[in-house]
Amino acid sequence: MINYQKGSIAAVTSEEYANSSVDYKLSSAQAYARGYKVSIRNLNSWFGVKQALKNINFDVKENTITSMIGPSGCGKTTLIRCLNRMNEMTPGAAVKGSVYLDDVDIYANGIDPVTIKRRIGMVFQKPNPFPTMSIYDNVAAGLKLNGIRDKKLINEIVEESLRGAALWDEVKGELGKPGSSISGGQQQRLCIARALAMQPEVLLMDEPTSALDPIASAKIEELLNDLKKDLTIIIVTHNMQQAARVSDYTAFMYLGEMVEYGPTKQIFENPQKELTERYISGKFG
Amino acid sequence: MFLGKKRKGDRIFRWVVIGASGYTLLMLVLVAFSVIEGAIPVFSLEGLSFFIGTDWNPVEGRESYGALPYVIGTLVTAGIAMVIGVPISLGIAVFISEIAPPKVGTPVAYVIEVLAAIPSIIYGLWALLVFRIWLLDLIERPLYQAFGGTLPFFAKAPFGLDVFTAGIVLAVMIIPIISSISREILKAIPNSQREAAYSLGATRWETVRKVLFPYAKAGLLGATVIGLGRAVGETILVTMVIGNALGIAAIPTTLFSQSNTISSVIASQFNEAVTPFHSSALIALGAVLFVLTMGINIGAQLLVSRMVKVVPGGRE
Repeated sequence: MINYQKGSIAAVTSEEYANSSVDYKLSSAQAYARGYKVSIRNLNSWFGVKQALKNINFDVKENTITSMIGPSGCGKTTLIRCLNRMNEMTPGAAVKGSVYLDDVDIYANGIDPVTIKRRIGMVFQKPNPFPTMSIYDNVAAGLKLNGIRDKKLINEIVEESLRGAALWDEVKGELGKPGSSISGGQQQRLCIARALAMQPEVLLMDEPTSALDPIASAKIEELLNDLKKDLTIIIVTHNMQQAARVSDYTAFMYLGEMVEYGPTKQIFENPQKELTERYISGKFG
Repeated sequence: MFLGKKRKGDRIFRWVVIGASGYTLLMLVLVAFSVIEGAIPVFSLEGLSFFIGTDWNPVEGRESYGALPYVIGTLVTAGIAMVIGVPISLGIAVFISEIAPPKVGTPVAYVIEVLAAIPSIIYGLWALLVFRIWLLDLIERPLYQAFGGTLPFFAKAPFGLDVFTAGIVLAVMIIPIISSISREILKAIPNSQREAAYSLGATRWETVRKVLFPYAKAGLLGATVIGLGRAVGETILVTMVIGNALGIAAIPTTLFSQSNTISSVIASQFNEAVTPFHSSALIALGAVLFVLTMGINIGAQLLVSRMVKVVPGGRE
C-alpha cells in the first residue's frame, strides 16, 4: 500500500542526496555504523483512509538535536509519535515502514512496544504529571514500573534527573508535594525529569514549550543543550526561531512529506527547496 | 441590594430556582416528620430496644417488634452484592474504556446501559423462577456438600431462597449501574495521562492500576456508593428471593439462611399491618433505613472530599 508519488516533493530525490548532509542511500546498518542513532526508512502512516506520513526517510545523528518544523497538520507530531510506537495507541492509526534504533527495527516482528518506550523517552505538548503522585513519585514512576526497588538507587536517580531537568533547586524542599502543585513550566520540567529518570537513549519532545510562557520556554531551551551530551533529541516545534536556536538539524515537513532535511544553518540560511524558503520566510504556514 | 436594579426576569428566575431548591428541603422535613410521627407508637411500646430487639410478633396483646435482624439482613445482602459486584463492574468498565477496540466496546457499553434500565421486578422474577434453580444446583448444593460439615458459612441445607441468592441477584442488578458510571469516569480521564504512563514503558495493566485508578478513585468510589445505595434500598427483588424470615430467625447465620431486609419486611408486611403497633413498627423500620442510607451517603461524601483534597486538579 506504499504510495510512491512520482514527481511530487517526496523526501527522497536524487537532488536531495546531493545537497543534503545526510546520505539517504545508506542502509540502516551503514547509518548505524556511521553514528546515526535513529534511521527512518520508508515510513508511512495512515489515520483511517487518510495518509498522514508519506514515505519518510532520514537519519538522526547521535547526541544531536533535530527539530521538525512545518505548518499545522503536516504530520510532524505523527512522525515523532511513530518513533516510539506511541502512534499505534491512537484508534484507527496504521504504520508501515521501519524505524531503526541503533541497528534494531522497532517495528520488526517480536519487538515489544513497551521495551521500546523504555529506551525512547517522550515529553508531550501539555505538561502531564501524574496529579495523584508527589513530585518524587512522578520522577520515580518509571523506575518503579521497571521493577527497581532499591530505595537508595531511586533516590539518586530522582535527584540526578531533577538536576538534569534544572528543577532540583526549585523543588528539593518539597518533593512530597503533588506533581500538579507546581507551575506549568515546572510541571513540564518535571515531565522531562520523569523521562530522564528512565535513562533513555533518545528523547522525543512534542512541542514541549507551546503551553508555556517565554521565560519557562527559555529555561527548557537552555536545558536541551545540556541534555544532548547524553541523549539524542528530536523535537517538534511550531516556533521556527526555537528550531533555529536549539537544533543542529532541521526537517521541514509539509502535507505528510519531508520536504527538506539538513543542518539547521543550511535550512534557515540557504534552503534548497522553494517550498522551504517560502515557509521559512513566513509566506505561508 | 443591587439585585433591585436587575431586570424583572432575573428576579422571577431567582425566586423560581429558590423555590425549586426549597422543595427538596421541604420534602426532607416532611418525610422526616411523618416517619418520626408514625414511629412514635412502636417506640412507646419498645423504647430504644426496638433497635436491638430481635422479636417480631404482630399478634395483638403479645406484640413485640425489633429491627436488628433486618438491619443485619440488609447489610449482609448488600455486602455480598458489593463483594461480587464491584470487581466485576470495574472489570467491565476497564475493558470497555481501556482495552476493547471501539467496534467491540461501543456495543458492550450499549448493552450495559440497557441492562441498567431493566426494572428490578424483572430481575426478581427471573431470579425466582430461573436463576435460583441454577444457583441451587450448580453452586449452593455442591458447596453445602463439600463444606457444610466444616465451614459454618455453608452449614445449612440450601433451597435457593436465601441471603446468598439475594446478594448475587442484587449484584447482577447493580453491576450495570456501577460499570456504566465507572466507564464514564474512566473515559473522562485525559488521554495525556495514559500517554504519560505508556511513554514510561507502562503496560496496559500498569497504566490502569498505577495511573488511571488513582486519578479516578474519587469518582469510582462515588459509582460504588451509588451501587451500594441501590443494593441497600432495593425492595421487590429482595422480597422475592430472600426467604422472608421473621424475628430472630431472620438473622443470617449461614450464607444459605433465610432472612429479610428492612425494605423487604416493609414490602411483604404492609398490607397485613392492621394493628397500630404493627404499622408503626414498619414505619419505624423505614426510619432506620432512612438513617442508614443517609449515613452511607454522608460517609461516602466525606471519603470523596478527603480524596479530592489529596488530588488537586491544578495549581491552587
